[in-house]
Amino acid sequence: MRRQLEGSRAIAEAVARCRPQVVPAYPITPQTHIVEAIGAMVRDGSLSGCEFMTVESEFAAMSAAIGASAAGARAYTATASQGLLYMTEALFNASGLGLPIVLTVANRAVGAPINIWNDHSDSMSLRDCGWVQLYAADNQAAVDLHVVAFALAEELSVPVMVCVDGFVLTHAFEPLDVPGQSAVDTFLPPYAPRQVLDVDDPVAIGAMVGPEAFTEVRYLSHYQLTQALTVFPQVCDGWGRPLSTVDAYRVDGAETVIVTLGSVSGTIKDVADEFGNVGVLTLTMFRPFPYAEVRKALGAAKRVVVVERAFAPGAGGIVSADVRTALAGTFAEVSTVVAGLGGRAVTKPALRRLVADAMSGWLGERLVFLDLRDELIEQQIERMRQRRASGPPRPGGAA
Amino acid sequence: MTVQNVKFYQVGSRAVGNRLLDATLRTEQASPARRNALTSGHRACQGCGEALGARDVLDAAVRATEGKLVAVNATGCLEVFSTPYPESSWQLPWLHSLFANAPSVASGVAAALKAQGHDEIRVLAQGGDGGTVDIGLACLSGMFERNDDVLYVCYDNEAYMNTGVQRSGSTPPFARTATTEATGAEPGAPIGQGKDVPRIAMAHEIPYVATATVAELHDLEAKVERAMMMRGARYLHVLVPCPLGWGSAPADTVRLARLAQRSGLFPVFEASHGEVTEVLPIRGRVPIEEYLRPQRRYAHLFADPPRTELLARIQAIADRNVARYGLDEV
Repeated sequence: MRRQLEGSRAIAEAVARCRPQVVPAYPITPQTHIVEAIGAMVRDGSLSGCEFMTVESEFAAMSAAIGASAAGARAYTATASQGLLYMTEALFNASGLGLPIVLTVANRAVGAPINIWNDHSDSMSLRDCGWVQLYAADNQAAVDLHVVAFALAEELSVPVMVCVDGFVLTHAFEPLDVPGQSAVDTFLPPYAPRQVLDVDDPVAIGAMVGPEAFTEVRYLSHYQLTQALTVFPQVCDGWGRPLSTVDAYRVDGAETVIVTLGSVSGTIKDVADEFGNVGVLTLTMFRPFPYAEVRKALGAAKRVVVVERAFAPGAGGIVSADVRTALAGTFAEVSTVVAGLGGRAVTKPALRRLVADAMSGWLGERLVFLDLRDELIEQQIERMRQRRASGPPRPGGAA
Repeated sequence: MTVQNVKFYQVGSRAVGNRLLDATLRTEQASPARRNALTSGHRACQGCGEALGARDVLDAAVRATEGKLVAVNATGCLEVFSTPYPESSWQLPWLHSLFANAPSVASGVAAALKAQGHDEIRVLAQGGDGGTVDIGLACLSGMFERNDDVLYVCYDNEAYMNTGVQRSGSTPPFARTATTEATGAEPGAPIGQGKDVPRIAMAHEIPYVATATVAELHDLEAKVERAMMMRGARYLHVLVPCPLGWGSAPADTVRLARLAQRSGLFPVFEASHGEVTEVLPIRGRVPIEEYLRPQRRYAHLFADPPRTELLARIQAIADRNVARYGLDEV
């Protein structure tokens, strides 16, 4: 049954249905509504058997989740932006220890300059921390991905990050179907840890590993993580919702395909509809990267336009680099479009111009920033040249 | 008095004290049935105070909890020397996560045990002074203020020994470390810096704070036992000499720990909810020189000519401790 709900509230309810046993919480915009709602459910008794901990930092939140998971409890927390970066060390630790923690990232820009609005800089910067990364295209997907995330994490004993666009999804009210308790209980068995801190069968978890075995440990982490490519679709089937590693929309026969992830996917599909011969490929799973599915969906395209809400300064696209790897040996041209940074709206007029630029062949393999204010950039570059105050003299003049 | 064969692991006062006691009053370390929670074969240096302290503390905690104990470890010497994969010296469930987060990990373990209805299983977190007073202090303070059901034990050897003896927030004035060399007008670690974490713990008004050394085994074990009888956040700060970092003879570890207490430089006390309730009085106070001279980290204070003005400032710290805690035997 669908109810009019805020995205955060719906996510909190979905998480509560999964019966987490330990939820350490630390506030950060735009994630806070999720843990507030879970805390309220623990207090009013509607979520029983759960310890809700108000910890002193995101680092402590992930650390407490690590302790809880190692002690055999289902552990969950949520964060965003600076908070995600502040728990970085613990994120690597959780995946290294193979602890199936589920984390919601309410995607938000990373400072400086400080900015509370949506982009994917936070989770993209943690691309290589050994977690499964799932991106929700809308709030219904966010709800379902959380239920699926616990099953996936616990089956593989790897942690899973569910990335949900901050404000755009977390603060949007829409009719949503949050599964009932019995449906989730049927789907998701109680957590049975692979190894646990047990006084009757003691193990030492977190030993120091030297060069003689470290590569093997890392290889096994990679192996286990890539199992998610096959297990995720199975788990989604089991849950009975139309979710998959990639969502291919009208890609068959399309010469131009736009690749993206997250909530901007809907707007892009609307624009693609206007053109008729443009497809859209939305990645639900970014780590592990679904190379085979991406190649299958894009292999026949002439032009691939990757619209990303983050980028690697000094290099370019993050998602497009993986897309290029997936398409190696094909004839597709892959361009990188950095869009929607720090909450800037990705509008239909801008996307229409983009698709036109792509179809005209102008875009090619360029790196472009959508809606970049060129006059402001030129002004600032000139100012920086004039204000240069240190450094060695340059040949041919002061500037 | 019942006669019982006792296997002695130590010589000197630690064992002699046991010999004169009724079997029920002997230390856990004197018991052939002790857990050996940190068992032999690990890679600690000779005379390591931390290894000694950890075994003393954990065996006592295992006894107090009747074996229902989980240990969480910060990164540091204790973690490195005890678990080089695929070996482990731990004979209890043990978890190491990171350097700074042992208190939070332990809080998470305690929450998980509570959520699973295992209130009888207790949690002990441990780390060195770097992991406790410096990098882990925020997590420790959070654990304290939430009154999470964890005993946190700091084995304080007064510098970052695992990385090669660098100054920590627990390094005492004028001690030479790799980052506070014995040069200049005020050589070694600066005076007027550093932090007193037992008092910071007391400021959280947690149920139990205590200090101890590896020299007074009965006192140390009794404190662990008392701590394990309580619920909530508890803190135990144990002075553990480090032959490598202090430049002392491995055989002098226990003697130096005793001299630290008897000189007044390391006050041994207990506190409940922010108030000092008990102190270990000093029997036969010694001048600080007696404690400092065997340690090469203070060698520059005893050069020719000796730095008497600096020694006087250290003596003043000891005098202040004695007055503050009332350590003189009445």
